[in-house]
Amino acid sequence: MNGERGANKEALFVSGHRACHGCGLALAVRHILKATGPDVIVVTPTGCLETFSSPYGYSPWRVPWIHHLFENAPAVASGIAAALSAQKRNNVRVVVIGGDGSTFDIGFGALSGMLERGDDVLYICTDNGAYMNTGGQRSGATPTYSSTTTHPVGRKSMGKPQLKKDLPAIVADHGTPYVATASVAYLKDLRKKVEKAMTYHGPRYIQIDTPCPSGWGFSSELALEIGRLGVNCGLVPLFEMENGSLTRVRKIRKKLQVTEYLKAQSRFKHLLQEDGSEYLKELQEIADQNIAKYALITSS
Amino acid sequence: MLEQTMSNVKVVEGSEAVALAVKGCRPEVISAYPISPQTHIVEWLARMMANGEMDTEYVRVESEFSAASVISGSSAAGSRSYTASSSQGLLLMTEVLYCSAGMRLPFVITGVNRALSAPITIQIDHQDTISLRDSGVIQFYVESSQEVYDTHIAAFKIAEDPQILLPVMVCMDGWILTHSYERINFIEQEKIDSFLPPFRPANFLDVNNPKAWGSYSEENVLMEFKYSVQQAMQYGKKRITEIFAELARITGRDHGGLIEAYRTEDAEVILLAMGSVVGTIKEAVDELRSIGKKVGLVKIRCYRPFPHEDIWEAIKAAKVVAVMDANFSMGSEGALGMDLKSKLCGMRDTPLVFDFIAGLGGREINVKTVRRIVEKAEEMLNKGLPLSESYWVDLNPEILP
Repeated sequence: MNGERGANKEALFVSGHRACHGCGLALAVRHILKATGPDVIVVTPTGCLETFSSPYGYSPWRVPWIHHLFENAPAVASGIAAALSAQKRNNVRVVVIGGDGSTFDIGFGALSGMLERGDDVLYICTDNGAYMNTGGQRSGATPTYSSTTTHPVGRKSMGKPQLKKDLPAIVADHGTPYVATASVAYLKDLRKKVEKAMTYHGPRYIQIDTPCPSGWGFSSELALEIGRLGVNCGLVPLFEMENGSLTRVRKIRKKLQVTEYLKAQSRFKHLLQEDGSEYLKELQEIADQNIAKYALITSS
Repeated sequence: MLEQTMSNVKVVEGSEAVALAVKGCRPEVISAYPISPQTHIVEWLARMMANGEMDTEYVRVESEFSAASVISGSSAAGSRSYTASSSQGLLLMTEVLYCSAGMRLPFVITGVNRALSAPITIQIDHQDTISLRDSGVIQFYVESSQEVYDTHIAAFKIAEDPQILLPVMVCMDGWILTHSYERINFIEQEKIDSFLPPFRPANFLDVNNPKAWGSYSEENVLMEFKYSVQQAMQYGKKRITEIFAELARITGRDHGGLIEAYRTEDAEVILLAMGSVVGTIKEAVDELRSIGKKVGLVKIRCYRPFPHEDIWEAIKAAKVVAVMDANFSMGSEGALGMDLKSKLCGMRDTPLVFDFIAGLGGREINVKTVRRIVEKAEEMLNKGLPLSESYWVDLNPEILP
């Protein structure tokens, strides 16, 4: 490993891990830790991040890191926070970095409990919209009409018919003081949000859109470009909610049609065939509703 | 005899005895879920905290799964940690317990024994904790509330031993122990403190010494990880015996080591059992001895690691061992019976082993039941009949399909 070279010098998540080329998640983690600084304990549930960052005997983590199970990271984090409080290690904070499968689906009960109790944990969901570590199975975070291995496109299927679970809203409704969405396409914005989250005490939630070349079906050098398309078409709204109120959004300067985003990824390619037009219309409506709901475009 | 003052003797509910033992051990983090089912233990602890008698972080979670997960996290962060549960709640913890044993995270759980659904019940048997026997969790079973109090204090020291570092479960029968009142001798706080110093593990989640916990393993290391838990179990047999003896010196109460052999010298028939039923069996043994029958009892105190060496010493001269299992492995037989037979298999001149399934779902076991078990064992011994299937005691054929 070239741990001491170049960009790695100050990094708390260094090279040598086994993420795919162009992995949005690996990039997100490095910038999350840049924003938190070194005095954090990171909890990671089972998933891509756990697998590519922890082959036994090697570790890119320069902060204490723990993986326990798939569905209990929020509770493990609560236990660590309780121990830190008991030991009066007040300078150390707890951060969960977990995928959407763990967060939206199997670990949702534990997450809800952690939020309701008000435990001092920053929960970051790196959202790539499916169970990508195992080949791309449908999760509650999978976007509408995306094709996955457990809800594939076929003669009688256009992929996932349901809406993506609106987890930021559900988290905010727990009374969570800080909720934000971010994208690896806007790293400065991402770091700012993590920094702001660190100024709060109690539970905090940040959901980061992390484009996945192998799962979404795009060339690995395009991860940030795909991320930007998602944000600028309105399907990936970036906002902050503080104490229940929407306090800031990232404005869309030049609105793109959803087709610009969808056609760049093979998980949506069926929508661009002849019989896809009504489904495309639905997705455009979802994007337009987001734009209206979060006021993503400044009307002049 | 140690001197006893009135102040350290009190009649309390079994659950309160556990809570007072836990309080005496000064855990830094407790987490619990109140149902599925639970006992008064976690309510007593909550009351002590509400009254300012305890300074502990108490994480009130939304499931037993999270309760076990919270104390796994707090243990990894270097805090003495505790939870209690029972029945379905213990099953819900199963995945967490396997993982925490594999990650060598020490904590203590009270496993209050109750039967498993279906049919749903609140009655007692050992199916819940027996179902966790392969997890890497050390398991003790107790006969009385005094023993449950003392065993909890030993349990933290055993779990946190640097060469053990495993979860420890103290199993106690629901209702019979948790809800009954017993005269308990409490240990003075200074004595507990000197027996059980604060938990200061060599490794914990530390920003000054960052390490990765719970890494992904492949075929080149997984077997060694698993074997190291077995090594800890093997070492544990010796260390547990030492720690029990050390505590006995402080309290003046000796409950035995890994087992307690009761009137086994010259016994031809030996009963093997664990849990609160042992008190009833002792009474039956005394009665049978008084009419000249050579009957004895081996009480298992430590079930995992399984103390087959100690059991062998106690039973090797007997003709027959009647195992009483309050659990059953569907499609096979009772767990204790299986454990004992597997260890005797291949040895020479071993006693015959008969497995009796008794007391499932709270079915009463009294002195007469025990006498019938002894008679049945003698009958089969005299007829030279092997018993290849477990014998279900007091089964009612009239309501069977």
